[in-house]
Amino acid sequence: MIRVEGLTKDYGARRAISDLTFEANQGEIVGFLGPNGAGKTTTMRILTGYMPPTEGTATVAGYDIISESLEVRKRVGYVPETVPLYTDMTAFEYLKFMGDLRQLPDSDQRAEDALEMVGLEDRAQSYIGSLSKGMRQRVGLAQALLHHPEVLILDEPTIGLDPGQVVEVRNIIKEMGKQRTVLLSTHILSEAQQICDRVLIINKGRIIAEDTPQNLQARLVGSERATLRVRGDSDGLSKVVGKVRGVETVHGAPDGGVEFQFAPGQDVRPEVAKAVVDAGYDLLELRPVGMSLEEIFLELTREDPNAARKEK
Amino acid sequence: MRNMWTIARREYSRYFTSPVAYVVAFVILLTLGIMFSLTMLVYSQNAFNGGGPATAPDMSGITGTFTFLLVLSVPALTMRLIADETRMGTMELLLTAPVRDWELVTGKWLGAFLYVLTLIAVSIIYPLILQFYVSPGIDQRLLMSAYLGLILVAAAFLALGVGMSALFTNQIAAFFATLAVLLVLWWLIGFPAQYVTAGGSFFSYLDLRAHFDALNGGTINLSDVIYPLSLTALGLFIGTSAVEMRRWS
Repeated sequence: MIRVEGLTKDYGARRAISDLTFEANQGEIVGFLGPNGAGKTTTMRILTGYMPPTEGTATVAGYDIISESLEVRKRVGYVPETVPLYTDMTAFEYLKFMGDLRQLPDSDQRAEDALEMVGLEDRAQSYIGSLSKGMRQRVGLAQALLHHPEVLILDEPTIGLDPGQVVEVRNIIKEMGKQRTVLLSTHILSEAQQICDRVLIINKGRIIAEDTPQNLQARLVGSERATLRVRGDSDGLSKVVGKVRGVETVHGAPDGGVEFQFAPGQDVRPEVAKAVVDAGYDLLELRPVGMSLEEIFLELTREDPNAARKEK
Repeated sequence: MRNMWTIARREYSRYFTSPVAYVVAFVILLTLGIMFSLTMLVYSQNAFNGGGPATAPDMSGITGTFTFLLVLSVPALTMRLIADETRMGTMELLLTAPVRDWELVTGKWLGAFLYVLTLIAVSIIYPLILQFYVSPGIDQRLLMSAYLGLILVAAAFLALGVGMSALFTNQIAAFFATLAVLLVLWWLIGFPAQYVTAGGSFFSYLDLRAHFDALNGGTINLSDVIYPLSLTALGLFIGTSAVEMRRWS
């Protein structure tokens, strides 16, 4: 598991991360969500022993990241953002080399097992330079799984993969997350929504929100929205919709239809539909507009970070 | 220690897949072969002409030429070692593996050292030929002293090269920095000793070539062994510090 307290890192005068505090427990997949340059990679590099923090402490798998760095590194599997591979080695040679560096007693067997886990057993003898991007990503993942680490840290694990490969890699991560602690960074929100048990939203080096994807959505969505479309002329439609009881606001939607808001739990859609039909319009479509994690994210990162924290 | 070997083994085998290493091996062994043939020619002509008692053929010309070739080729052999890991991003892999920084740097050096030792081992074929043809054989203690000097010089050069490779993220910069350091140690640093009275002995102590020449001539003084060893340690220390510094930056 991972326990981070007051972690701060300065690059010269620039503060990359500022007073981060969070936890990730065993069997949990925690997503680190934020725009580029928010400090995700910096945090991961500190947790994996690549560089020390300026201030603050963290323990990974029960060991201090500064004073017991080697112990931490033994127990962490890490895939950096640009997957570091030796293109002049075969996939098997590479994994065996990494296994030897980790002083695994049976590095041959471990390399084969890891290749099997990521579904690359038939490419063991291929040079990494000749593998596709998705395969390389999986070799990188295999490298992180070699030593059956307690903690898995993945920096943008699905970036640059085709949709099929993305699904595959996500499944592997989900599988791994059952017994391990997984911390992954991403800026793909649907990904966080799909595979993470908990999401940390980070912006400008600070955590601005932390919750399950579902709660985040519920917490931020103050009202429900729906959009409707009619055949032909929609003049006066807004007026008709606005008269329905329970409808809070109405405005035109970009596709020529109308979007309206109502209080959560008071579904006024049947009434709206009836009113529209009674007024003589041909109703084509009436559909709810969910607030996606994308919008939540944009909203949060646009806000003043301090205000967001207080609200929490 | 085991990590050091793992890294050394990897670097050693990597030389055999790299064109640079083959070119270096070819140039060194070809030049030594030509040197050897010429030496043999001169000796045999002297013997034919009956110009007095023939001097015992010695191999200091071969080892001397070898060190000269090392000045030029070591920068090419070491420039890649750490600079390339930084460029490819694999440094992040090595620095987050349970490997100490000094094990990484020393392992890199050891891999390069083993490669040069292989070339040195191949060059022993020339003294062996000579041993076979001349009677009563060559001066083996002189040969051992000269090879000791050669090995020590190679160790020091390579360690300084690794240090430069860690200091510079750019391979070309690492190449020229190493070349400059080796040229200074090999040729330039001895000059002040001839012109300044005060501190002249200090400069002549720093002259790596003078130490090698002593060993190559068959006299083994402790200082001739310690100086290249301390340069080796210095090079590895620079390398380790550079890697550590990179973590903190």
